[in-house]
Amino acid sequence: MSVMQTPEGRIDIRQLSIVLGQGSQAFEAVQGLDCQVEAGQFVCVLGPSGCGKSTLLGALAGHLQPRTGTLSVDGLSVSGPSPQRGMVFQQHTLFPWRTVRDNVAFGLKMRGLGKAERHRAADEILALVGLEGFAGHWPDQLSGGMQQRVEIARVLVNRPRLLLMDEPFGALDALTRLNMQALLLDIWTRIRTTVVFVTHDIDEALFLADRLLVMSPRPGRIIEDLRLDFPRPRTTELVTRPEFSRLKRHCLDLLRHEDGRQLPRLNPLGLPPETSLPRFAL
Amino acid sequence: MSRSFSRWLLRAASLLLCLLFWQFAANGHWDLGLVTFANVPTPLAVVQAALGLGDSGNLARHLGSSLGRVFAGYGAALSIGVALGLAIGRSKWAEDLLLPPLEVLRPIPAVAWIPLAILMFPSSELSMVFITFTGALFPILLNTVHGVEGVDRRLIASAKSLGAGRRAILLEVILPGAAPSIITGLAIGMGTSWFCLVTAEMIAGQYGIGYYTWASYTVQNYADIVVGMLLIGVLGMGSSLLIKRLGGLFTPWHRPRGKA
Repeated sequence: MSVMQTPEGRIDIRQLSIVLGQGSQAFEAVQGLDCQVEAGQFVCVLGPSGCGKSTLLGALAGHLQPRTGTLSVDGLSVSGPSPQRGMVFQQHTLFPWRTVRDNVAFGLKMRGLGKAERHRAADEILALVGLEGFAGHWPDQLSGGMQQRVEIARVLVNRPRLLLMDEPFGALDALTRLNMQALLLDIWTRIRTTVVFVTHDIDEALFLADRLLVMSPRPGRIIEDLRLDFPRPRTTELVTRPEFSRLKRHCLDLLRHEDGRQLPRLNPLGLPPETSLPRFAL
Repeated sequence: MSRSFSRWLLRAASLLLCLLFWQFAANGHWDLGLVTFANVPTPLAVVQAALGLGDSGNLARHLGSSLGRVFAGYGAALSIGVALGLAIGRSKWAEDLLLPPLEVLRPIPAVAWIPLAILMFPSSELSMVFITFTGALFPILLNTVHGVEGVDRRLIASAKSLGAGRRAILLEVILPGAAPSIITGLAIGMGTSWFCLVTAEMIAGQYGIGYYTWASYTVQNYADIVVGMLLIGVLGMGSSLLIKRLGGLFTPWHRPRGKA
């Protein structure tokens, strides 16, 4: 069925620059970035902390406005957040006041679907991420890995053209992370969508991606564009192969090159929130 | 089990001890120099006075007046406080427009409003409702603003990415996100509105628990004063408890639950 459709999710980025911060604090987080991504491709963006990879993701999601340049998906310019471009954050953003099922069905509710219909669709997607029995739970009752699975399900229920992931497994323990990577690839073979996956974990990037973009520290630019032709389905055994090690060493060299500068972490919504004092004494 | 039982026992014993002290001090007309119990009624006299009030048929009238005023003033404070709080928390424009005058009015205690309120409102009834309203407004308003500003902006961003518009973000994200804080404000506001009401009733009232307490003093029914005070305490505590319980029903996710 999907063969008949024209694949959706082609990304076109031209001369993209993004400025963060106000006044004298302003700086270019991303500078003159050019990149095209084919529909259905799994792209990993690798780079040191604060290099602007999350900023790029935020712009793709529509949360950040570019200063110059254009950004379009399937020929349509990105002008704001849209259910067509789903975003998964490092820390889950599930609504604590909604059950797992209602969280997943949220996008469908926004589209005006009836309760029965959206619950059926939510349960279907929950089964896909392996959480059949947890539809009635509150998000706080789940483990970190399960919360991220719900988060992914909540985005996928909208059948997005782009799945944007900002270090989604970065906060999980090593074993859970490996399981989540395998699960993500499994889901991706069934729901083909373009994935842009930001990480600073070289193993993770090499294991998941069709294509690897390496970014330089601030201002963020692409310094390497690698095709990864490891056959799919991929298993954990891949990480012990010699080509894998060779590529890993290559990536390490690229990143080590820029050692010594520690930049504050950016996020897809811009700068980390300022910790301002409360205005009232309560 | 036995541990919690012994704790309850201790609590009961503590209350009993206070009552005993009161009984001895009042009965013996203790004069401790700085403070004297000469005119303080004994607990027994208070119980008799309470029964007398119940028999006289005026209790319902006093309670009804006070409860009516609290619900009117508190209800107005709830709707206006939450609405203003949402606006101020969401929009810089509303904040700059509304917050400065509110900040000036906030430190004025409700008692200081009484003379002006009597002059401003056509009936003393309305002025008392207004005093109750000012007492409840600020805790509700400030906690709402606090709650709205505390909503994780990533949640708002996610809602936008899932197709939520302005209205949906307000109803589906901001309001439930701020709900625990709003409920705290409502519980505090309930306490302060009782406090303000009683003060207002003492000065401007006809019927009402505060009026009853003050009138008992002027006609030297000392036992009735304590009945009035205890009624105020019980009613204030009961309504705060009610708000907390209702709040818990509205925020079921906020209750601690076991891990799955």
